[in-house]
Amino acid sequence: MSLKAGVVVFPGSNCDRDLAVALRRAGADVTMIWHKETELPAGLDLVGVPGGFSFGDYLRCGAIAARAPIMRAVVDFVHAGGYGLGVCNGFQVLIETGLLPGALMRNAGLRFVCAPVGLEVATTDSAFTRAYARGERLEIPIAHHDGNYFADPETLAALADQDRIALRYTENPNGSAADIAGILSENRRVLGLMPHPERAVDPAHGGADGARMFAGLVAALSGEAVRA
Amino acid sequence: MKARVHVTLKTGVLDPQGEAVRHSLGALGFEGVGEVRIGKVIELEVAETDRAAAEARVREMCEKLLANTVIENYAVEIA
Repeated sequence: MSLKAGVVVFPGSNCDRDLAVALRRAGADVTMIWHKETELPAGLDLVGVPGGFSFGDYLRCGAIAARAPIMRAVVDFVHAGGYGLGVCNGFQVLIETGLLPGALMRNAGLRFVCAPVGLEVATTDSAFTRAYARGERLEIPIAHHDGNYFADPETLAALADQDRIALRYTENPNGSAADIAGILSENRRVLGLMPHPERAVDPAHGGADGARMFAGLVAALSGEAVRA
Repeated sequence: MKARVHVTLKTGVLDPQGEAVRHSLGALGFEGVGEVRIGKVIELEVAETDRAAAEARVREMCEKLLANTVIENYAVEIA
């Protein structure tokens, strides 16, 4: 059985279809889920929260989306052992729900940065990163104004001690603490990251380093009874 | 009742926007400007008629949505 994924769509999401395409290419069945829904489709293994500018980034990036009806169902799904992937604005949304720790602030250089960046795979101990080698260098694009990861020193120490930093920037583009580009939840089943792996899954994208994230996920989750 | 919420960055959280404004003030010739911190003011009308009840309600809104307490502090004023 292949992986069953849902991709949440908010007003202002703009990477939802890219994420669906990347997941489908890796072999997943994908359903799009409108933010006003209050329940997820039955039998999902993974919920993807896509990039974009949900609700116009009003108040704080991701703040309004995190309180949308569907997100209550997503939080319950994750608490029941479901997998979650938040890309860019999706990472901001997951942080605003409290599923991942810290905050994403305005880039230190104050500029919107849209460019391919170098990343280092900091852990392979997750369904998202298991297809890479530890320390492997990747090139994946970023496109954000608010990706400057902040957390208090205790949280940063816990993330490092528990091997929950998934990806680090090789050259920090936004001021993120500890060069953090992506982090895992405590149960390692939720990944939030600012870079866009779904924009690097085909050589025509200029690079395909993101493809293995989706391939690894599908391999890891297919046929597995994911939810408790 | 009317309420006003001030949302400010916590001490120790860097404020790159404030830093940029400080530089710009310097470029305009305003000397002696120390740290600049940028926050938000949110004005709300609430149905409560009791001050204490209104304040409690707005504080709950701050905790749940208006402020991100990881990086922000808030103060509530009831007009």
